[in-house]
Amino acid sequence: MEFLNAFVAFSNFVIVPAIAYGSQLALGALGVTLIYGILRFSNFAHGDTMAFGAMVTILVTWWFQSMGINLGPMPTALLALPFGIAGAALLVLATDRMVYRFYRAQKAAPVILVIVSMGVMFVMNGLVRFIIGPDGQQFADGERFIISARNFKTMTGLSEGLAFRTSQAITIVTAVIVVALLFWFLNKTRTGKSMRAFSDNEDLALLSGINPERVVAYTWIIVAALATIAGVLYGLDKGFKPFTYFQLLLPIFAAAIVGGLGNPLGAIAGGFVIAFSEVTITYAYKKVLIYLLPESLEPSTLVQLLSTDYKFAVSFAILIIVLLFKPTGLFKGNTG
Amino acid sequence: MSNPFLIGEDMTGGYGRGADILHDCTISVAKGEIAVIVGPNGAGKSTAMKAVFGMLNLHKGSVRLDGEDITKLAPQARVAKGMGFVPQTQNIFTSMTVEENLEMGAFIRTDDFSNTLAQVYDLFPILKEKRYQAAGELSGGQRQQVAVGRALMTKPKLLMLDEPTAGVSPIVMDELFDRIIEVARSGISILMVEQNARQALEIADKGYVLVQGRNRFTDTGKALLADPEVRKSFLGG
Repeated sequence: MEFLNAFVAFSNFVIVPAIAYGSQLALGALGVTLIYGILRFSNFAHGDTMAFGAMVTILVTWWFQSMGINLGPMPTALLALPFGIAGAALLVLATDRMVYRFYRAQKAAPVILVIVSMGVMFVMNGLVRFIIGPDGQQFADGERFIISARNFKTMTGLSEGLAFRTSQAITIVTAVIVVALLFWFLNKTRTGKSMRAFSDNEDLALLSGINPERVVAYTWIIVAALATIAGVLYGLDKGFKPFTYFQLLLPIFAAAIVGGLGNPLGAIAGGFVIAFSEVTITYAYKKVLIYLLPESLEPSTLVQLLSTDYKFAVSFAILIIVLLFKPTGLFKGNTG
Repeated sequence: MSNPFLIGEDMTGGYGRGADILHDCTISVAKGEIAVIVGPNGAGKSTAMKAVFGMLNLHKGSVRLDGEDITKLAPQARVAKGMGFVPQTQNIFTSMTVEENLEMGAFIRTDDFSNTLAQVYDLFPILKEKRYQAAGELSGGQRQQVAVGRALMTKPKLLMLDEPTAGVSPIVMDELFDRIIEVARSGISILMVEQNARQALEIADKGYVLVQGRNRFTDTGKALLADPEVRKSFLGG
């Protein structure tokens, strides 16, 4: 019983949140890795693309809510999601047309494009704050829990509860569907294969008659969809605040690099590696240990390795370790 | 050579705004024939082939395919006109399977290309065996077969090969040459740059010896092999 309680507490505070967070990071890292693989630069504006897509989704959600449209137990944001994706896609396509295309025509070095993307990041950042404001926004509605901690306790008779929130379930299910769709697209469709071919060997792709502008446009649209979905899922789970999306850049890049930049499978693995490290290192183990240890050894402190304020240090440390010992990432990326 | 299928005539030019590499260089191939460009290192062999394919700035001379002037066309447009090009290096998609490589070769085709795929597999049976394997995992000779197969997928009328036997063993080289002869017999003209001059000239209907971007000797492959001066200077005696 004691062991079960410890396991339930651990699941409640570590495993379930880390899976949800990992799914969000994985979706974000997939977008970064696609841009890196196909457009060949690290897109620093990705966090703010997520924020923009989420913002459009929120605005449409509010509009739906004001008209009384909802999805019952599911959050209305899911209905608004396609609008958010469309909004983000228009934004990134316009940005590409106005900014990136110019540098692409000049065959600018990747480092220049990185700096350019930082400029784009500041503009998008300002745009989002200008439209929706810098404050946090709540837009989640519908049923809050699938299993609440209290119900779990009465169901199992354990003294620890395992809460499973709707937002977490939606995050996990959506991530699985999106990843399956993305891999199907990349591996089975003509357009998807042409994107992989372009990423693999640009010159030969041109020689084979693959239209680079078409590949780039498809990439941006897919990236906008991934970013918006990641942004909305994160917002449903933890609330929307423009600044946190900017901060998400670090764990997202860490995830993409840990997995091997340019490798979609790696991005997913990296997302979960970063999420689990962050959550397990910043969790206070006191509760779990009380169940597991005899009373005489009961910890008097929180037994927390690192305060949650320093959670970004975890991504940063992992990033440095990977770059030191396995620079191409866990899965071989195309960093060379 | 009254009516060559492809001719690059009096080509003069270089890469970008750089110095000229080719000087009044002429290369031509007749229908179903094999033409080979040989010469010492830095003679402009690959450059001459790239000029024919439109990857160079020519400020003099012209390129005609089947009588049509294509001097101004981009390489991609030349592919659509029936020219297939196999670059010397990085000529396959390493992360993609053999079959996906061939599919990408047929990217510009809107019709059903399963027949061509079957023909390529007939020509290179090993590729059929390894069709679901990543092309980057194959041996050097097999990779060259993928590269040639990819270029054949557009059903080109002319196939251009830039040192197809670079870095493969002599046995594999002989086999590749056999396959190239087979391709030529099916009516496809072949223009090839080769480091292994002697073997290449043996299968060539026509040979070009380039030196410093200029035509030095032009004759049938057999005649060049018999020419004492060519033998002494370029074939090592």
